[in-house]
Amino acid sequence: MIAFMIRRIIQALIVIIIISIIGFAIKQSVGDPLRELLGISVSAEEREEFREKLGLNDPWYIQYGRFLGDAARGDLGTSMFYKRPATEVILEKAPATLELVFVSSLIIILLSVPLGIFSAIKPNALFSRFLMGGSIVGVSIPVFLTAIMMVYIFSIKLGWLPSYGRGEVVMVGGWGTGLLTLDGWKHILMPSVALSSIMLPLFIRLIRSEMMEVLEAEYIKYAWAKGLAHKRVWFVHAFKNTLLPVITVGGVQLGVTIAFTILTETVFQWQGLGFMFMEAVERSDAPLLVAYLMFVGIVMVGVNTIVDMIYGLVNPTIRIAGVK
Amino acid sequence: MKKLLEVKDLVIKFALRTGEVTATNGVSFTLKKGERLGLVGESGAGKSVTGFSIINLISKPGYIAAGKVDFLGEDLAKIGDEKMRSIRGNRISMIFQDPMMTLNPVLTIGTQMTETLHQHNPQMGKEEARNIALDKLRKVYIPSPEKRLDQYPHEFSGGMRQRIIIAIALLTDPELIIADEPTTALDVTIQAEIMELLIELCETEDMGLILITHDLAVVGQVTQNIAVMYAGSVVEKGPTAQVIAEPQHPYTQGLIAALPQSSRHGERLNQIPGMMPTLKDIPPGCAFNPRCNQVMDICKTETPGLRPGKNGNLAACHLYPPGQEEQG
Amino acid sequence: MSTHGKFKDSFLWYSFKRDKIAIASLLVLVVLIFISVFAPLIAPYNPYDPEMIDIMNSEIPPVWEDGGEKAFLLGTDSQGRDMLSTMIYGMRISIIIGLGAVALQAVLGVLIGLFAGYHGGRLDAFFMRAADVQLSFSYLMVAIFMSAILQAIVGVARFGEIAVPFLILVIGFSQWPQYARTVRGSVLAERKKEYVEAARVAGFTSARIILKQIFPNTLSPILVLSTIQVANAVMSEAALSFLGLGMPIDRPSLGSLINSGFEYIFSGAWWITALPGLLLVILVLSINMLGDFLRDVFNPKLYKG
Repeated sequence: MIAFMIRRIIQALIVIIIISIIGFAIKQSVGDPLRELLGISVSAEEREEFREKLGLNDPWYIQYGRFLGDAARGDLGTSMFYKRPATEVILEKAPATLELVFVSSLIIILLSVPLGIFSAIKPNALFSRFLMGGSIVGVSIPVFLTAIMMVYIFSIKLGWLPSYGRGEVVMVGGWGTGLLTLDGWKHILMPSVALSSIMLPLFIRLIRSEMMEVLEAEYIKYAWAKGLAHKRVWFVHAFKNTLLPVITVGGVQLGVTIAFTILTETVFQWQGLGFMFMEAVERSDAPLLVAYLMFVGIVMVGVNTIVDMIYGLVNPTIRIAGVK
Repeated sequence: MKKLLEVKDLVIKFALRTGEVTATNGVSFTLKKGERLGLVGESGAGKSVTGFSIINLISKPGYIAAGKVDFLGEDLAKIGDEKMRSIRGNRISMIFQDPMMTLNPVLTIGTQMTETLHQHNPQMGKEEARNIALDKLRKVYIPSPEKRLDQYPHEFSGGMRQRIIIAIALLTDPELIIADEPTTALDVTIQAEIMELLIELCETEDMGLILITHDLAVVGQVTQNIAVMYAGSVVEKGPTAQVIAEPQHPYTQGLIAALPQSSRHGERLNQIPGMMPTLKDIPPGCAFNPRCNQVMDICKTETPGLRPGKNGNLAACHLYPPGQEEQG
Repeated sequence: MSTHGKFKDSFLWYSFKRDKIAIASLLVLVVLIFISVFAPLIAPYNPYDPEMIDIMNSEIPPVWEDGGEKAFLLGTDSQGRDMLSTMIYGMRISIIIGLGAVALQAVLGVLIGLFAGYHGGRLDAFFMRAADVQLSFSYLMVAIFMSAILQAIVGVARFGEIAVPFLILVIGFSQWPQYARTVRGSVLAERKKEYVEAARVAGFTSARIILKQIFPNTLSPILVLSTIQVANAVMSEAALSFLGLGMPIDRPSLGSLINSGFEYIFSGAWWITALPGLLLVILVLSINMLGDFLRDVFNPKLYKG
């Protein structure tokens, strides 16, 4: 297990270094840091002086080393638009996105597990057929279209729910949360449903197909032959084995979720990282772009590593052998 | 001796999308208390399905279409789900073919043992269940069972796993064990150990055993009686020693002739020509007639019932006069 | 199993004949592709021709709504372009990018999968780790980043000109791991079989074994995957265009049409967003349904009844 963990951590570090190289390359090719700082009305000599002072004439590997060192200290440069450290902007926007992801993950887990299990153990029930039909329609509707339809129906036509923003936000420590007020929940309802609208059918189908495969396994037949009750066979013997592949896929889906937050936040003007990212793209705010890339990369690598370790904990085979 | 199990005229069908297929066609046999019976045949002969049908656990499109499974006076083919479950793994235990596939990979051996006990005795305490599990593990000669109880299946070898499965089968002191090819997936050296263990336990615990196998040699060592199956029907049955020494049905004769020890060194093995028909295209008349070396005209039109052969063993073959026919 | 090509074909056909949903999906898809191919002949207007656009005609609702005009069956968008024509041309672009991207990722992924799977070793380990990492970042994320960065580098105007080939490249490149993994899995399974062993013993070169013996056996998973991937590619393109990172508004795909219409739903002009959205869903749904059908037919796990 320890060998397995160390290997995963080393892999995670390699990926992070690759991301940082990409980030550095972007920073080098997009935008001129001098113009950001000085504007255009500065003489050539003064520019050259600043270039030297900022180390812009150093070889690339020294600059990269400085970039990496700064990044390790949490300094990802200064946003051109906000005129503030990019890290600060990101930390300020992160709670909105995290809460959105959190609420939609909750929706996905709470619904996909029971629905997936049900449609696996009763594949011929009318409700299961309906679920399967509905889920393929679900995966065929883009997230942003679901979001727009919801805005049109629930905000414009019915006027029940607000169409944009986070509503009332309460500061708890450094964390601005919308989950403590009714207004906040009203605002997060549609975005989180929209965000889960594609993942939910995917997970229902995934859990169903994995579970159906497990139910065919010899050890399940054996569990029946031991005279165990349905509940025990389904929820202990079968579901535990279903979990393993679902956890792996779940970890991979985090990246998709983050991509979808960009779409969802754009529709609902949700003041999170995705919205900030699109604004940064429009404003060509390179430092912020790079900071976002690095931030997302690190979060994703971190989560995937943790997911792998959870997988290792659930799967006794890995725990001992240390290999996948 | 008292009768433990009587399977009578058992017909099992599979409802496939392309139509119904008959897997067994009127199988009958009886088992006395403590008796060991071998159910022998090639794969596809319907022996496994017959075994699973006793605990009413045939895989999905299959179902019992007719016949009865009388277990100590109760017809298991008609008994309700709830009652059946109280018998499965409790009074009738099963041992599966491949020990590598049978145990749940994510549950400890201890869990997989005690859950059976708790299922069938809900009021049993944890400590007591654990002690019973330990006792049974000792019975199957698992070293240091206390430690082993908390391990996962992948930490055991195939032979060890099959021992554990036998221990699980013993947990509730069942009256009958059905073992479906219990040693086929194991090394030859381990096969013998497992078989000896099974005989020993059946004798000390006074359990009945139905041994399903394609291996006549194994049956010869273990069981008192044999029923030979071919293409969904029992074609011969009788005491093991007699069936092996003087097989009556041409198919059984062929099987025994094909055993390696029957041919002399350097000689070719005596194969039965042809292959067993699949369930979809069983020929009319005697199912064995296209492969039989003593085939007669009648064999191609009429299905022979079981009748006494020369030595009194029952054989489903037109070679012997149709005396008091017994359905088979 | 897949060596019985004829059986598979007949089973495929047999199942297809009995599956009404699959027939309907294929029919819809054929019609949509036909319309896209012959868009210049079928569309009533040419949305790329500024001569035919009159800003005075903007935001006319579809013909069945109040204020609709016969000349514009499905109404017009905010610039006065005929919705029907714009949608037909938009779908054409969506399909071109979808098919192009899948062709690219298939070639890339299949080649990598075949060689990595067959040769194993370090090459295999490297590609599969790369595939893992890229998959964990999700194709959409990778595509969004690449588009955003390129747009930041070359600027919006220049980006619009190279959008089609660039989107094909971005989407194609971001999805190769799926193919590589699928093909590699099949290769590993096939490699163990006797006929491959026999070919190797017979002294055939590995390239020949891969192409002549193994590759044909990976075709059915590739077919199933390709169907699903076309749907994914169309969805990705729509997502990128919706974010303004894809097709520009003067040569809109369905995604950019939805984007351009979004701000108008607040003033009640729902059709500019909803109609291309509906067309997109129908297109993707019919591909997905077909993919589902193929998966059911080809996946031997689902054979048992």
